[in-house]
Amino acid sequence: MSTATVDATGPASDGGTNTGVGARLAALANGLIIPVLALLTALVVGGLVIVFSDPDTLDEWGSFFGDPLGALEASWDIVYDSYRALWNSSLGSSRGLSRTLVEATPLALAGLSVAFAFRAGLFNIGAAGQIVIGATCAGWVGFTFDLPTAVHLPLAVLAGFAGGAAWGGIAGVLKARTGAHEVITTIMLNYISYRLLDYALRSDAFQPAGRDDLISKPVADSARLPEVSFGEITVHAGVFVALVAAVGVWYLLERTTVGFSLRSVGANPNAARYAGMSVAAMYVLAMLLAGGLAGLAGTMNILGRPSFSLTGGYYSFIGFDAIAVALLGRANPGGVLGAAFLFGVLRAGSTGMQAATSTPVDIIVVIQALIILFVAAPALVRSIYRIKAGRGTSQNFTTSWGA
Amino acid sequence: MKVELRGITKRFPGVVACNGVDLSVESGEVHALLGENGAGKSTLMNILFGLYTADEGEVLLDDSPQVCHSPSDAIGAGVGMVHQHFMLVPVFTVAENVMLGIEPTGALGTIDRDEARRRVVELSDRYGLAVDPDATVEDLPVGVQQRVEILKALYRDARCLILDEPTAVLTPPEIDELMEIVRQLADGGRSVIFITHKLREVARIADRITVLRTGEVVGTTTPGESDEQALATMMVGHEVQLLVDKTAPDPGAAVLAVHDLVVDDERGHRVVDRVSLDVRAGEIVAVAGVQGNGQSELVEALCGLRPVQAGSVRLDGADVTGRSPRQMYDAGLAHVPEDRQRDGLIGSFPVASNLVLNQMRSRPFSRRGRIDRRAVRRHAAQLVEDFDVRTPSIDTAASTLSGGNQQKVIIAREFVHAERLLVLSQPTRGLDVGSIQYIHRRIVAKRDEGVAVLLNSSELDEVLALADRIAVVYRGRLVGVVDRADASRELIGLLMAGAVDEAAAVEATGDEEVTVT
Amino acid sequence: MTTVLQDPPAPLPDDTPLVADRPATRRRVGFGIATIVLGLITLVAFGLGSESGLDATFVFSRASDAVQIPDLTIPARWTGIVLGLVIIAGGILLALGVLGDRIYLVFGVALALFIVALLAWAARGADVSIIGLLDGTLFRATPLALGAFAGLLCERAGVVNIAIEGMLLTAAFVAALTASAADNTWVGLGGGIAAGALLGAFLGVLSIKYQVDQIIGGTVINIFALGITSYLGARVLSEYPDLNQPGAFRAFGIPGLERLPLVGPLLFDNTIYVFLMFALVIGLWWALFRTRWGLRVRAVGEHPRAADTVGINVLRTRYRSVMLGGAIAGLGGTWFTLDATGSFNENMTAGKGFIALAALIFGRWHPVGAFVAALVFAFSEELQTRLALLDTPIPSDFLLMTPYIVTIIVVAGLVGRSRAPAADGEPYVVE
Repeated sequence: MSTATVDATGPASDGGTNTGVGARLAALANGLIIPVLALLTALVVGGLVIVFSDPDTLDEWGSFFGDPLGALEASWDIVYDSYRALWNSSLGSSRGLSRTLVEATPLALAGLSVAFAFRAGLFNIGAAGQIVIGATCAGWVGFTFDLPTAVHLPLAVLAGFAGGAAWGGIAGVLKARTGAHEVITTIMLNYISYRLLDYALRSDAFQPAGRDDLISKPVADSARLPEVSFGEITVHAGVFVALVAAVGVWYLLERTTVGFSLRSVGANPNAARYAGMSVAAMYVLAMLLAGGLAGLAGTMNILGRPSFSLTGGYYSFIGFDAIAVALLGRANPGGVLGAAFLFGVLRAGSTGMQAATSTPVDIIVVIQALIILFVAAPALVRSIYRIKAGRGTSQNFTTSWGA
Repeated sequence: MKVELRGITKRFPGVVACNGVDLSVESGEVHALLGENGAGKSTLMNILFGLYTADEGEVLLDDSPQVCHSPSDAIGAGVGMVHQHFMLVPVFTVAENVMLGIEPTGALGTIDRDEARRRVVELSDRYGLAVDPDATVEDLPVGVQQRVEILKALYRDARCLILDEPTAVLTPPEIDELMEIVRQLADGGRSVIFITHKLREVARIADRITVLRTGEVVGTTTPGESDEQALATMMVGHEVQLLVDKTAPDPGAAVLAVHDLVVDDERGHRVVDRVSLDVRAGEIVAVAGVQGNGQSELVEALCGLRPVQAGSVRLDGADVTGRSPRQMYDAGLAHVPEDRQRDGLIGSFPVASNLVLNQMRSRPFSRRGRIDRRAVRRHAAQLVEDFDVRTPSIDTAASTLSGGNQQKVIIAREFVHAERLLVLSQPTRGLDVGSIQYIHRRIVAKRDEGVAVLLNSSELDEVLALADRIAVVYRGRLVGVVDRADASRELIGLLMAGAVDEAAAVEATGDEEVTVT
Repeated sequence: MTTVLQDPPAPLPDDTPLVADRPATRRRVGFGIATIVLGLITLVAFGLGSESGLDATFVFSRASDAVQIPDLTIPARWTGIVLGLVIIAGGILLALGVLGDRIYLVFGVALALFIVALLAWAARGADVSIIGLLDGTLFRATPLALGAFAGLLCERAGVVNIAIEGMLLTAAFVAALTASAADNTWVGLGGGIAAGALLGAFLGVLSIKYQVDQIIGGTVINIFALGITSYLGARVLSEYPDLNQPGAFRAFGIPGLERLPLVGPLLFDNTIYVFLMFALVIGLWWALFRTRWGLRVRAVGEHPRAADTVGINVLRTRYRSVMLGGAIAGLGGTWFTLDATGSFNENMTAGKGFIALAALIFGRWHPVGAFVAALVFAFSEELQTRLALLDTPIPSDFLLMTPYIVTIIVVAGLVGRSRAPAADGEPYVVE
């Protein structure tokens, strides 16, 4: 029942003869094969789902024996159209690319949150709730006060971070002091946070005057994230926050003593204890930081995206996406950024896809679930494609109900 | 039942565990399979028991060839095995464990508990293996658990019984009992194969002895034809020095002073009961006793890993009772833990990280929270050389190292830090003779440097070889602190079993003045 | 140097257990203080803070009962005051040690009295049907208990099942679809059970064959279930609404027995789900602890290698348990669409699968314990609904949080003492 992740203070050894750029590239390629194949397979299976759930295409299949080519053509058409619409509204245009980056930002931060917790041996399913609380706190600071931007914006961001950190910290403290498994406590905290949000949205402090629906006041201009443009691509500053956060997480984990302790506790809590590290303190710290990162994710959304208000539906699937992103990125910051970008593509493209072909956006969730499935079960992918198990890095995040 | 193995060969990736092994055991014979850790004894018996399949060779039972693909086949053929780590479900009762897999049932698959109980009682009476069929196994002492394992085999009509290192967890009196049971079973016509790495036991019980070394048979002999020295040489392949070269100790002031220490475990049981002990600089004090009598908990409490209920611990005069592991470390304590893979190393981390596992927060390895990777690597390279750690590089994951080298990593790490007090728990468990000798030499060297050494070991040979003074623990209490000069195997063995009066009698027959408190 | 042999002050006979003084005092005092706090809340909020002159009426009977138990009318304010004082007294006695070590008993009674006072306060000036309350509890407990039983079977065999939520959701969807298509609720029931078993097999393959981390595998199934049911719900069920009208099972009573007072309506007049739930509690208990099958399943969950060496097929046992567990979860899932609401809505399970898991842990991996735990959670849910109806000053959002908060308290307070099957969560490697 121990937790193990892959760690290397130096390059992974392959027998001592060949450490260096060549070996590192090989290891990188090896590490990428599975995720790439996972993505491909997921798209294929997703395509099948699209085909067999579209009424018109199903009709064609009904008359398969009369006109086999017609059925195949119709299937190809709908899949192609769907995916092309997906491409167009995500990568194929500068507006699409902007949208992709904006979608990817909270995913990256939330993915970092989950990945960070993984490295410490914790499964942070509570990212969703931490996002909500973070967004709520940031939003409240954003529309309650009226301060100059230089003060207001950082204050709102800080509030978002602190809110998420506190929410995550609850689960961390519970785990540290009572051994309560974070999977259950964070899921429960998620549901509690949704109800808190509902309550907040109904309260006078949050509701704009004269309106009755579940939407909050908009954040003041002075608290909004500034827009940044490269050529035709326009994003909000949150994109940089995500990048900085990724670098920060990497540095913390790989280059500091605190990060070393966190990773040790995640890899082998017993040995960490014997080595004088405080497992309980690390759990709390990990959940605080993870919660803060997720809180930032929510903050970026509310301070950066139009409407700039909290809505009841804030708890969309983003929390679960974060888990997928962390798994796909193999719990390291670079991978998380890549995975977040991919998922940003899917999200940005899905609305365009639905508009163009009436394929519902939920297919994205199916594809994402498939991706996670294949990433979490590398053996499954290998047996599909008959790849031999090379010197891969295998990861296990086993935690069970006991200590 | 006559058992014969001919030409057994078994390969695992990268290693040949058994190479053309021949072995034959007659009915009614007790045959000892002798070899050091890693020689292939367990692998060979696992093949006989159906847990592995041989790559080459054959197994003949009563002169007819048998192929066993699983333990059920082996059991069906009459082979029973008592494993070193018991195959008993701790939360089940004795009867449930014994009948598992062949339960007597009534309607709709309901278990007939009365029938099962009856059969267990009958068997235990017949063979003199007293057990309570309704007792929960995890509450039983280890010696009784072993009896349950034997009963399991007998319940299934085993005509060949394999015992894998059965004495590792027994007190000397329990070992005597076991020897009698083995003799009785053999006299009843069964063949018994007794796996061990302890030379002494072999002489007591075996009719014949086969010595294995790195997967091959070195020779088969009888206790009459060879002595311990000859057997040891066969086991290792060259002349073995059975004793470590040790000069007399020159102890200084007390470094560790433990006074009336009381420790309770998580369930509220008192596992250390008012223990007082001193360890002086430049001496090795061994805590001896059968496993499970509180030594592990004592050591854990001293290192700050277990809360202390009462009593005091002083290090160099300073009170360190109940401090955290970090604080104990900073006060000058170095600790080699009992379970190297679980507590001593992080298997997925590289060797370099493991060599500084508990020192990362100190200079020169980090400054103000930032790790100095070059310093870490330099230090690691130095240690690997100094302590002869065989590893492809300092970046290899520690889990890929052999047991002996893993232990060397831990030893290197702790010995470098040990300047006042060094605590070692079972430091050579599961290691080959070469590693054992190396580690013993380094422990003595540390002692000669003036470090106080506390050794917790359940291997009596190791204790007698290394210790200057021996503190024997029985059921949580210190029943004697014996000078090495006065210590005999018999005396220590009696103390380990709690037979204090008999021990006093043995002591009294010596010439020394004895103080009885 | 001299040898020192210590003469033990009192030689211990060999079978003396090494038990020392227990640190139970701290726990007892802690619970005592908690009880006092509970009593103070009762006294202040439900007693002194309540308006005087209002009565609460507890109704115990239905019109159809053979024997009518009279209604109980009590003054709300006084009830609060009196019960509050009683609870405080009990807490003081417990902390002082007068009541011995009966911590759970005292705290349990205090909790029960607290709830009575709460009900009296909430229902002041109105009626409260106790039968309705308990009936509602049984109703809500069904998916929780069935989910817990599913988890029980899996975990007793050594497979952690976090995917109960996904199994419930998928089964609910499949049940709605198939029942509507075939215009027959029994078909829906069968379809849901099959869906659950299939997901169980999938979890089995992931964790046993491919040795995927079981928590990740379970989470994947949950995400997948949510996605595919939402997608197909939007695609198929919205386009063809008559595929989302499965009909519902109706309650039926056992003639004669159902007219017994109190017990009758609760035990003998229910939908098939509640009857099945009762049957499963008894059935699972008997099967796990009295039959050969149960012994072997438990052996596999505690010490798979020991089971292997006596000839039990560990992997096959695990597969079977996981599939059977999945089937039970499937049954529980159909409750949502074939009993509770009569149609499928996106994410309608809303975390019940995880509460079921908490019930399993609370119930110490025992069928009876899990059932009792499910009842406790269900009661808190039912209470919360009633309070919302009774127009209390607590905002409904906070009341809705109750089951989740209770879950956290339970898991935090009890997990440390609960013991999962020893090999739970560890993949078994056959050599």
